[in-house]
Amino acid sequence: MRASARTVVSAPIETVWSIVSDPERALSFMSGVTRWEVESDEPTGLGARYRMLLRVGSAEVGGLIEIVEWDAPRDLAWNSVTGVDQRGRWRLRPAPGGRTQAEIRLAYGVAGSGIAGWLAERLAGPAVSGHLKTTVRQLARLVEHERTRDLAAQRRAARAG
Amino acid sequence: MADTGVAGQAASNGHVASDEHTSNGKAGSSLLSRALREVAQQAQRRIPRADLDERDPDFIRERLPLMWMLASLWYRGEVRGLGNIPDSGPVLLVGNHSGGNMTPDTLVFTLAFNTYFGVERAFYQLAHNLVLSMPGLGSLRKFGTVAAAPSNARKALESGAALLVYPGGDYEVHRPSWERNRVDFDGRQGFIRLALDADVPIVPVVSIGGQETALFLSRGERLARLLALDRMFRLKVLPISIALPWGLNVGDMLGHIPLPAKITVETLPPIDLRAEFGPEPDLDEVYAHLMRLMQETLDALAAERRLPVIG
Repeated sequence: MRASARTVVSAPIETVWSIVSDPERALSFMSGVTRWEVESDEPTGLGARYRMLLRVGSAEVGGLIEIVEWDAPRDLAWNSVTGVDQRGRWRLRPAPGGRTQAEIRLAYGVAGSGIAGWLAERLAGPAVSGHLKTTVRQLARLVEHERTRDLAAQRRAARAG
Repeated sequence: MADTGVAGQAASNGHVASDEHTSNGKAGSSLLSRALREVAQQAQRRIPRADLDERDPDFIRERLPLMWMLASLWYRGEVRGLGNIPDSGPVLLVGNHSGGNMTPDTLVFTLAFNTYFGVERAFYQLAHNLVLSMPGLGSLRKFGTVAAAPSNARKALESGAALLVYPGGDYEVHRPSWERNRVDFDGRQGFIRLALDADVPIVPVVSIGGQETALFLSRGERLARLLALDRMFRLKVLPISIALPWGLNVGDMLGHIPLPAKITVETLPPIDLRAEFGPEPDLDEVYAHLMRLMQETLDALAAERRLPVIG
């Protein structure tokens, strides 16, 4: 099953990238995520590993994931190593007016689980896409709020100077 | 396939027996006890020896979607505090459970544990001998279910696995529905000895909702004694309930269709027995402490609940 959500954030692409690529901040904007822990020596970059969990229905599902694509500040993709099969991606693109289009995609399933797996994937669909929609909304709010504060701080500094 | 009759026979014997005994007293009991003894021997032979290697992570992983659907849609399961379980190393999970022979708490918790820690983490559950010798339930062994015996439990903990035990056993799951919000281990303290011997922490697991999946009327302890079920099958009870699809359900040997009661499970912080109760902990003291802790948690969960079944 695949799910995705996108939004346009009123901030430059580098700012958005700095948030989505930071494992420390995943819990602060990713909806339904109950765990996002660094499991590798390097916290970011190609080959970084995280243990993540997403609440879907009565279980927290996920497992160990590995970053398989790291193209700053545009693309970030991960694959599952253990747990539920998943492939996820953050896709950032510049939008007119110094803004950024941010999209999150997630393909998931449990290979080999037959009809029950097929059905469960579909039943989980609304919950998963709901989480992704909330995630991009929360990302936009977080980034825009921080940007407002940064700009205000710059103005304050300019007045003081 | 030839053995499939055994459980059916056991179950129908249970039904017939109870009817006879409630109406005619002891008539026909010698023939009956002979038949029961025969079934008991059959069942004994079927009890699998514990082989921890039978646990099969791939098998579990492929069953998780079905369990997830059952737990999420039928029981609206909710498991809290899994983060309280130490991330690695052996641990004894001690739970209360409910729901007759179809214990939804086990399903909901096993699913949650396996998705939270991953099927790679060794996780075993102790179950009644009869459960494992039931035809058709052999696949439970692939889930890591082993027959409830102290040696099996010790072996699992020594291998560094997480082990789930329900000390209340059949005594607890068949308590009447009006005692649904009571933790009842029947005074059994073996699990404390087990934790001390293996020197592992105890994590209490408290669940609510299971006793609302049918109307449980009586454990039928006197009936079980009368039929000598306790000596032959380690069955101290011959429960009587009103359950789907049977109506009056005596013995619950074939199981039943549980009502979709909401199941909530709360995992409590680990207890290091020697750190808390000294180098030689007093079993009664530990038991009383655990009972109080689990009962208080269950009371809190019960206070949250507004309606039976619905939750």
